[in-house]
Amino acid sequence: MTPPPAHTTTAEAIAAADDRVRRPPAMSVGPVGWLRANLFSSWLNTAVTLVLAYLVVSWTLGLISWGVINAIWEVPGSGAQVDTSACRAARGEGACWALIGEKYRFILFGLYPFEEQWRPALVVAIFVALYVVSAMRRFWNRWLGLIWLVALAAIGVLMWGGVFGLRFVEQERWGGLPITLILSTFGIAFAFPLSILVALGRRQTSMPAVRALCVVYIELIRGVPLISLLFMASVMFPLFLPEGMNIDKLLRAQVAIILFAAAYLAEVVRGGLQALPKGQYEAADALGLSYWQKTGFIVLPQALRMVIPPLVNTFIGMFKDTSLVLIIGIFDLLNTAKTSIIEPAWQGFGVEAYLFVAAIYFVFCFAMSKYSQDLESEFNRHRRR
Amino acid sequence: MPQDALAADPRYGRTAPRRGLTLSWRDPTMRSIVWQIVIIGLVGFAVWWLVANTMRNLEVRKIATGFGFLSREAGLPIGESMIPYSPADTYARALLVGVLNTLRVSLIGIVLATVLGTLIGIARLSHNWLLARLAGIYVELLRDLPLLLQLLFWYALMQGLPGPRQALNPFGSVFLSNRGIKFPWLVWEEAHTAALLALAAGIAGTVLLARRFTARQMATGQRPRLWPWGLALMVGLPAAVWAAMGAPFTIDAPELRGFNFRGGGTITPEFAALLLGLVLYTAAFIAEIVRAGILAVHTGQWEAAGALGLSRGEQLRLIILPQALRVIIPPMTSQYLNITKNSSLAVAIGYQDIVSIANTTLNQTGQAIEGIAIIMAVYLTISLSISVFMNWYNARIALKER
Repeated sequence: MTPPPAHTTTAEAIAAADDRVRRPPAMSVGPVGWLRANLFSSWLNTAVTLVLAYLVVSWTLGLISWGVINAIWEVPGSGAQVDTSACRAARGEGACWALIGEKYRFILFGLYPFEEQWRPALVVAIFVALYVVSAMRRFWNRWLGLIWLVALAAIGVLMWGGVFGLRFVEQERWGGLPITLILSTFGIAFAFPLSILVALGRRQTSMPAVRALCVVYIELIRGVPLISLLFMASVMFPLFLPEGMNIDKLLRAQVAIILFAAAYLAEVVRGGLQALPKGQYEAADALGLSYWQKTGFIVLPQALRMVIPPLVNTFIGMFKDTSLVLIIGIFDLLNTAKTSIIEPAWQGFGVEAYLFVAAIYFVFCFAMSKYSQDLESEFNRHRRR
Repeated sequence: MPQDALAADPRYGRTAPRRGLTLSWRDPTMRSIVWQIVIIGLVGFAVWWLVANTMRNLEVRKIATGFGFLSREAGLPIGESMIPYSPADTYARALLVGVLNTLRVSLIGIVLATVLGTLIGIARLSHNWLLARLAGIYVELLRDLPLLLQLLFWYALMQGLPGPRQALNPFGSVFLSNRGIKFPWLVWEEAHTAALLALAAGIAGTVLLARRFTARQMATGQRPRLWPWGLALMVGLPAAVWAAMGAPFTIDAPELRGFNFRGGGTITPEFAALLLGLVLYTAAFIAEIVRAGILAVHTGQWEAAGALGLSRGEQLRLIILPQALRVIIPPMTSQYLNITKNSSLAVAIGYQDIVSIANTTLNQTGQAIEGIAIIMAVYLTISLSISVFMNWYNARIALKER
């Protein structure tokens, strides 16, 4: 065996030594490399980055000067004697957060008796706790239904009062955030079971009449805007009932929202039912299960699990859509904000009021949306494995 | 013959024994018939009960029924209308104005939201970190706020603009004030209509030419240059028509007279707020659809396109988007339907669409049922038309599988 030529070994040795010593060029790793790759990779990219950076900086500075530096946080006087001239003077240059300081109780709780407003505040807390518990998978068992029943009963007691020494508060005085949460939560709680029935009905091949009924219901509701249903609930529904029988406006709006949401949820549920492999249906049949056993034990647990992310998205849509009750004059969170600027002293400060409620809506919707994204990635991870 | 043998075999071609309908709860067919009768009966009874109540109530309250009111004088003023209208016209015409206003805001909204949404969806996938992040923030922010809140916000912002005398003047003779946006506009003459028609003909001609050139490319591998023809057809032809008819060109610029502007084109604050809200809100959803559609195209397609030497823009335009469209179109259809239905929120900020006008009508006449029936009929018609069109388009671009 002849040894390899000496010069090759030397060259290799040098190269090896070089590799050990040399680091990747500073321009391609580390923060500089990251900047070059992600912000300044080409002339066009550099131009885009610079223009966007300029816009972001100038808008952020403008927002800070409007919302913080030049903002008016307090004005003298209160109630009818409030003096908002400082806000008027700063108009355009600074926000008038004094409006929120003065009106936040009204925006959050509407005309609910002032000294009793701890009750709607507690109701909001119960709702939030209910959402958090429902989101935790540890509680996804039969107890969840019981928790919901207890929580909803507690909410009813707190809002109405009249028992346990609580003062009775009639429904006309409810308003603000509790109304938004009540409309959306009860809406989901009733629309969801209804939507499952309708979705199952739409897939009934052996009962053409039931199937046709479900199709007509879904397509009719999905073809018209929610507003028209709310108008129906507010102006047409009283005509439907026998004389002397009267249903409260809030309840009528609630029914309209339930019927509306059920049609959209039914389509989501149907997606899950269709995505379930046919073998599951056949296996359940082969075991001799009855229709309801098959549906309850085999089909729904799998089908609903598959559509949880789109279901949460529909819930988000519902939550936002409850704001439409403003148009028929129910005092939800958006309507109290709109009403808070009706007094002449506060007229023209709509932007501040709407930003305040926007922040509240955003917190709720963003939390739900993040939750649905996490669930989705978790489910997908399971599937990839 | 094997077939004869098969046919002779009594086991061949035998179907399950057909049993007649038995009057027993164990018979599934019987059961489903009974269930259907029960359910239809219950629904029928509920409908009958509601209708009977309604009839009685209408009689007691002496509310007229039927659509006779449509031919009566409306007496309701409408701020903006695409067809000549005065309060002395009939309810039918007022409602027609409402339908046209709904269609106008929906159509413009659909076009603008599609363009903006596609741009933002692509921007979210950009290699530029800042651009992708900003697009992401836009989508998260706009999606999670109620549309009605956004509309009221934009409307409040428009109303917060200074009056006509202190109107903002960003450039030229464009004025922003609480009376809306004023901008210079052409004095319209017949020559312009003719030029527009010529432009339409030019676009049609260019499309036809492009098709023929593609066919020739398929046959010979040579593609003739399209752009000189396109330029001639789409710019030269309208310009020639316009010049032949005397080349009229007068600009009507808005001018401050007293307390308001005279002349020029106007976009009312209501329309501007509604359009802005609808477009920004729906664009966030469309951006997500476009992004999901592009991500659904296999990475190998990008790499193959890159290997062919296409630039990133060409890769996107020629290879990725046509494939992504198949994923994008169905959810896009429901967004278009959403824009149309959401335009009904106009009633909250005073843009007079069909809901707003029908609502006023039913308040004036007291005929709630007819008013709401009109609203629902209009939206059902629009929804069905959009569905039919999009289904046709979807079928056209669907993958042609052998």
